[in-house]
Amino acid sequence: MAKRLIRLTGFVVFLIAACPFQASATLGSDVTTVNEDRAKMQGALMSITRNDRFEIHQLQASNGTTVREYVSSTGTVFAVSWEGPWMPDLRQVLGPYFDAYQRTVPAVRNARRSHGPMTFRSGDLVVQIGGHPRAFAGRAYIERLMPQGMQAETIR
Amino acid sequence: MYRLTFFSALMLAQAAAPVCGSSDGSTVNTQAIVVNAGPASTYFNGAFTSVVLCVPGTNTCQTISGILVDTGSSGLRVLSSALTLPLPQQTGSGGAPVAECGEFTDGFTWGPVQMADITLGGEQAKNTPVQVIGSPAFSNIPPNCLSTGAPEDTLADLGANGILGVGLFRQDCGLACTFTGSANPGIYYVCALGSCTVTTQALAQQVQNPVWLFPSDNNGVGITLPTVPAGGLAGTMGMMRFGIGTQSDNSLGSSQVQTTDAAGNFTTVFNGQSFGSSFIDSGSNGLYLLDTATTGLPTCSDAPDFYCPPTLTQLSATNRGANGAAKQVGFQIGNADALNEAFTAFSEIGGPNPGLFDWGLPFFYGRTVFVAIEGQSTPGGVGPYWAY
Repeated sequence: MAKRLIRLTGFVVFLIAACPFQASATLGSDVTTVNEDRAKMQGALMSITRNDRFEIHQLQASNGTTVREYVSSTGTVFAVSWEGPWMPDLRQVLGPYFDAYQRTVPAVRNARRSHGPMTFRSGDLVVQIGGHPRAFAGRAYIERLMPQGMQAETIR
Repeated sequence: MYRLTFFSALMLAQAAAPVCGSSDGSTVNTQAIVVNAGPASTYFNGAFTSVVLCVPGTNTCQTISGILVDTGSSGLRVLSSALTLPLPQQTGSGGAPVAECGEFTDGFTWGPVQMADITLGGEQAKNTPVQVIGSPAFSNIPPNCLSTGAPEDTLADLGANGILGVGLFRQDCGLACTFTGSANPGIYYVCALGSCTVTTQALAQQVQNPVWLFPSDNNGVGITLPTVPAGGLAGTMGMMRFGIGTQSDNSLGSSQVQTTDAAGNFTTVFNGQSFGSSFIDSGSNGLYLLDTATTGLPTCSDAPDFYCPPTLTQLSATNRGANGAAKQVGFQIGNADALNEAFTAFSEIGGPNPGLFDWGLPFFYGRTVFVAIEGQSTPGGVGPYWAY
């Protein structure tokens, strides 16, 4: 399964100079909404990695946190991962799933009786967040939208 | 249950016992810590201590117990509901009060930055910015902060009366919060007319790891906890020692120094694979590592946060610092569903954490772990580093 790496950095840097790039689509949405997305992550598209089943759009937020969006062959964002010094804007990253996430997290936290990295499951949404201040990492995916046979472990 | 309650009360009482000076004139650099269910009676594998806060420059003071000892963060945060002192408010541009959105993995702490003299053992950090969490006067949480997760602003949500961040860094944010524009991560805010906006915050005004502000014993902390056997204990007690190689009780000895990268991470090698974003965190209540596919450990059917192998599983990994120093670490993961619910200290609690190792409190059982603060000189070199 050979991967083709398409480097768009130079091209995108030019675009950013011309107009601030409002990066990113949200989990579960259509990739074609990227440019219409009015969400807040003021970032740069660093690269697109592609294989025969999905694309990864890697974005760099201006606060230094990297966000990777996994886009299926049908154009749906089925997974998002992030790593960097600060938390990403989860409302934007999780999109329509954020409110349920925020509402349910306290119960998850209380059930585990402590703090630490968290695995959150609700329906077919899975959110995993780990790390510490200055080095957070996490991922979120919709099991129902994952390409057939793809393992969650490959979402990094 | 009675036994546990009595035991917990006993340990809390001991942790809160004042220590003011030693007979030979040197500063008392020790502070007791306890592992128990904490002030909300909910916790396990939580290391708690007490702090004495005073209105700066006065004898108006308060001892707050049930403070979580956290090597994964830096700076002191206390719940507003646990605080009775009228601490002075820090102000920013235009005299407006400063508040903070403290980011953690499972939520955020929101509240004003106030000034206090912080006493731990016989050490004192004077006029130090601390975060007061969940203050009713700051109930309007800005949208940027709300977008990072769920609030942890009450005793029920925090499980502690506060968090004592004694990690690798001097400040909780660092240089990033001094930047203007979109490069600023939006941790500090100034609040006026009920609405808060992101502000730049100079290093000295940020919430501080109190240890590096002590007049002496200020280059780091050593945390010692006893061995906890498989099956767990009702609770246990240990010690926090301030300073590394500054007094007779805090020398590095045979501990190996492993430096970290700028983010506070090192590499853990497991089954020949390297995981470069690994860290040590007394504020995590288990050994959180990798995933089922990599470890072969199944998660619990009723709790995806924890591993539930059918039998106690012995494992080994190697931690390697940025300086190349490497040490093998043995550990065990047990069935989280089979543990005694009345106990609060377990060495074998673990759970998934894709792509990295979070060496939580069980890592501290049976050893002394030193954390050296960034930029501070020690006999083992300049921090940041871990040594054990």
